[in-house]
Amino acid sequence: MAKLDNVLYGHLWRPFASLMVIVLLLPLFVKSSYILTVLILIGIYSLISIGLSLLLGYAGQISLGHAAFFGIGAYVSGVLTAKYAGSPWIAMVIGIVFTWLVSYVIGMAILRLKGHFLALATMAINIIFFILILGLDEFTGGASGLVGIPSLSLFQLNLGNPLYFYFFVWFIVFVIILFSMNIIRSNIGRLLRSIHDSEIATETLGVNVAKYKVIIFSLSAVYASLAGSLYAHFISFIAPPSFYITFSILLLVMVMVGGVHSIWGAVLGTAIIMFLNEWIRYIGQTYFHISGQVEIVVYGLIIILVMMFMPKGLVDILERLWKKIKSVQIKGAEKRKMTTEKGA
Amino acid sequence: MDLVMQYLVTGLTVGSIYALMAIGFVTIYNITGILNFAQGEFAMIGALSCVSFVNLGLPMFAAIPAAIILTAIIGFAVERTVIFPVRNRSVITLIVITIGVSTFIKGLGLIIWGTSPRTLQPVMKMGPIQLLGAVINPQSLFIFLTVLLLLAVLYVFFDKTFIGSALRASEKNPRAASLMGINTSSMSALAFTLAAALGAIAGIMIAPLTDATYEMGFLIGLKGFVAMVIGGVNNISGAVVGGLLLGVIEAFSGGFISTFYSDAIAFGVLLLMLFFKPTGLFSKATGERV
Repeated sequence: MAKLDNVLYGHLWRPFASLMVIVLLLPLFVKSSYILTVLILIGIYSLISIGLSLLLGYAGQISLGHAAFFGIGAYVSGVLTAKYAGSPWIAMVIGIVFTWLVSYVIGMAILRLKGHFLALATMAINIIFFILILGLDEFTGGASGLVGIPSLSLFQLNLGNPLYFYFFVWFIVFVIILFSMNIIRSNIGRLLRSIHDSEIATETLGVNVAKYKVIIFSLSAVYASLAGSLYAHFISFIAPPSFYITFSILLLVMVMVGGVHSIWGAVLGTAIIMFLNEWIRYIGQTYFHISGQVEIVVYGLIIILVMMFMPKGLVDILERLWKKIKSVQIKGAEKRKMTTEKGA
Repeated sequence: MDLVMQYLVTGLTVGSIYALMAIGFVTIYNITGILNFAQGEFAMIGALSCVSFVNLGLPMFAAIPAAIILTAIIGFAVERTVIFPVRNRSVITLIVITIGVSTFIKGLGLIIWGTSPRTLQPVMKMGPIQLLGAVINPQSLFIFLTVLLLLAVLYVFFDKTFIGSALRASEKNPRAASLMGINTSSMSALAFTLAAALGAIAGIMIAPLTDATYEMGFLIGLKGFVAMVIGGVNNISGAVVGGLLLGVIEAFSGGFISTFYSDAIAFGVLLLMLFFKPTGLFSKATGERV
């Protein structure tokens, strides 16, 4: 129990347990396989947005290229299993190791840049990756995509079944959340926040800022790669458009809308944007008879409004609401106490 | 030799467009400290609204200014409603906001103009011209002339008029400029308006060569960034040279290596520039204040 308390420190167990309950109970109410698919995708994308939240919210470094790392994971898994009939689990690990190496090298080079230019450099990397997977069509299938990626199975349990896969993905999300929370609480996490506030001040304290920035960049890339492998095995078909800058931007929007300074914000933002996405598509098709990516108008508007009026994201609003409820409760209790004392 | 000339002409044509975009970026970046990710969308609005004006029956010489003015108004409106209120926020917030503006405008373009590419008739209706073994599309000639003219106009504007000098002063040092009585907030609006107009011109000029779609802004915008980084971020003449250089690099790598990878090569150049000479080819090193 003490050990558990060490991992789930402080008040962490409360949001953790509520999310767990939601995840466990949702399949009881969700009957359509369509919504189950959306829930699985939320889990997969949450892995990436948690990584981005570490990078963006804690270390203060922007990335508009995480779709590339997502793509590296997906393509390593896809090519090794569909073309060379390799084991999915080994392919996943190869994908992660490969992404770690690639992102470490990239990170060492580009993390010297700041702000706008870092955003620009990560975008360039995403575009180059996109052109490469289109061009290397002997391996990747080029523009027509890669088909026939087998679904995962774990100890004879076929994870091709969406319900099993749902639990499997969210189990991984929980592990990643725990891991990330403990990173934040460790001295690395404190260093990251110090880098976020002032790189130069941190450096004068004798900290190798570059090293920590690269470590957290690679870690977030590895999360994205893991998500990519899961995505490839779940969808069983991958094509280049899923790994373009538009997806990187979407990921950034998820993190920013949810609240950049919190891992819960990343998960919340991912869920909200995904449901919004499906909802807009539904409204657009049934009521206005428009198809195509019309949802980008609404995205654009949401990004602008959220950034203008609640730059700390939705999680901040929820927290403030929670505090308000608490303070009202405390005031109410005090009032009752006063009146009873008066009566006595 | 003929081939080299041909690539040079093609490169300079596209490069002129990149140069215009880069001038827009440099102007906004130096005055407001914002790298405007929506700049490419101004090119899209310019090109597509010009097509619409022509379809409405306006003659070309009226449609082009109308499209430019419309885009400039949109640029002004964007600055006043979205950018100005958040100007003091963190860089990441500003990046995300301009990305939001870009996405929003792109979506509006999709709703208004649909997904199918639109064609714009070239301004000069005559056959291709032979020069030193290269075949020059009359539209290229038109682009060169316009860019030259624009550079002359911009030179006069920045160097000889009061507003231009005020704008340049705000670029060099916003704080000192405001102490000299220059209203830097209206300069920021002016920068966005000017950049939007330049973007619109770039879009209108490239539309007859490549067709206009709601998605065209993104890549043109990014190429404008690359041009700006090559030339140096605080230097208009550098941006022009950077744009031309990028166009030529693209044309030659497309011709001699592979057209498929020419975009990848362009962005590879960007990365190399950022790694080895992040201040650009033509700008003096500047220190950062802590």
